[in-house]
Amino acid sequence: MASNLNLSSDPVIQTTDLTKRYGDFLAVDHLSFQVQEGEIFGFLGPNGSGKTTTIRMLVGLSKPSEGKASILGYGIRSDITEAKRYIGVVPDISNLYDELSARENLLFMAKLYGVPRDQREQKADELLKIFGLHERRNDRFVTFSRGMKRALTIAAALIHSPKVLFLDEPTTGLDVVAAQSLRNLISNLHNQGLTIFLTTHYLEEADLLCDRIAILVKGKIIKIGTPDELKRLTEERSVIEITFTEDISAHMEELSSRIPGTKVTALDGDKVRIYGGDPTKIFEGVFQFAKDTGIGLRSVNSIRPRLEDAFMKITGLSPIVMAVEKGGR
Amino acid sequence: MWRDELRGIYYIALKDMRTYYFKPPAISWGVVFPVVWILAFYLRNPRNFEDLIPGLIAMTILFSTTAAEAVVINFELKLGSIERLLLAPISIASVLIGKVLGGFIFGLLMTIVVTSVSILYLGLHPNILALTAIAIPSLLVFSSMGAFFSVAVKEVFEAQTLLNLPRFIMIFLCGVVYPITAMPGWLQYLARLLPLTYTVDGLRRSFALSSTSSVSLDLLVLVGYSLLLIIPAIKMLNRKFE
Repeated sequence: MASNLNLSSDPVIQTTDLTKRYGDFLAVDHLSFQVQEGEIFGFLGPNGSGKTTTIRMLVGLSKPSEGKASILGYGIRSDITEAKRYIGVVPDISNLYDELSARENLLFMAKLYGVPRDQREQKADELLKIFGLHERRNDRFVTFSRGMKRALTIAAALIHSPKVLFLDEPTTGLDVVAAQSLRNLISNLHNQGLTIFLTTHYLEEADLLCDRIAILVKGKIIKIGTPDELKRLTEERSVIEITFTEDISAHMEELSSRIPGTKVTALDGDKVRIYGGDPTKIFEGVFQFAKDTGIGLRSVNSIRPRLEDAFMKITGLSPIVMAVEKGGR
Repeated sequence: MWRDELRGIYYIALKDMRTYYFKPPAISWGVVFPVVWILAFYLRNPRNFEDLIPGLIAMTILFSTTAAEAVVINFELKLGSIERLLLAPISIASVLIGKVLGGFIFGLLMTIVVTSVSILYLGLHPNILALTAIAIPSLLVFSSMGAFFSVAVKEVFEAQTLLNLPRFIMIFLCGVVYPITAMPGWLQYLARLLPLTYTVDGLRRSFALSSTSSVSLDLLVLVGYSLLLIIPAIKMLNRKFE
């Protein structure tokens, strides 16, 4: 990913011990981080890790319980109204107005943000063209597909030419083609110099788009780094992925005992990933396990470390938890 | 900046008019219901129909403002679209006032239609200035009442259901159809606590019919009620985003 990072300037987003409590539940736990100008900063974590809560605090939809944060130097407690002039927000749901057409939605947002009268229509049409929605500009929002709704929601967040764009789970619920198209759009926005704060639970998305990633688990930042820095955390270890001919969930302990000094993680019922250890001994142990249990081997692969591996090493969580959509889907 | 706040209030009200108000449910509750109700009383006793006109206008004010207002905010809270408004550089108070203004404008238009038709059809000559002076704060009170109920409840249907309680109590107790003075004393005291009483009273005065209060008291109570409803509504909406 080409980086537009401007490390010489003040951070665009800065948080210190940002915390959110709902009664006894600690949703966001003393987060401190900085986002530089021109950066795509990703918040990566499973659902319920506090990503959306953090965005909501930063954009003024929720008040922090403790700590402080600023956007472009404006404190979110004292100057949030001023900060809102410079930020665009794409929430995790596409929440424009069903009854209004695509163009009317954009014009309404332009009016609300005080875009000068003589620029509103031009700006709306420009965005509709960029997002490939110009031909459907007069169709009501309710008639759009999920991908189109998402694209229009992003367009609406850009109508006032913000300096920082917050994207909360931008591709969740989209089909592969729509998600890819949206990632290209995000990438283009980044290339134009926009600072982007993005939350996602898709590891590949974070890897593909982000300059830096903060891994968030149970409201806490576990690690911050570039995708390469995070991946390097696992490079010293071998990673071997094995697919069996049947589900080995009931034999996981036995498999682990055959290959001491490694960490065995189930990816699926019939697929495991083995971290660390001597590959020769791992192959011996696995073949002996297969022979003794009568479970066949479908494939054995030595793989390059991916962000997924780094995530597992750092968090101890299986990537399966990341595949769970909001609402448990 | 106050200009941003005013701009936000104005465009939110316009958007609400476009998306919610000129729709069959709002029009049927806001206009058809009061007209049918009054017609029922007219058919029962066609004499002195003019006496019922202030009540008809008061009911139009009450129902047209609250018809959609009572669900709009809750509906947008459910859909998450109210958050779009809260992301703009305006305060939560302005968002709510914009919503109230939407109900106010719709109520004003419906009131103008019903009043004009009644005046022209019956050849009445009310004091337009006095009528306007009472109608404006009344529209504000009941639009604020709709907003209050919309913010106070969790489900969209609850607002309409709960709001029916004060609405129907007010229809019967506030002099819309029966004069307050004809009611038992304790009911008269109760009626004095309800804002529609002061709307009907002021409207009756504008039609040169008997009234029981004074202009200043009517206006004072109506303005007081507006504040009493809108300030807690803003606070409740604020709490939803803490």
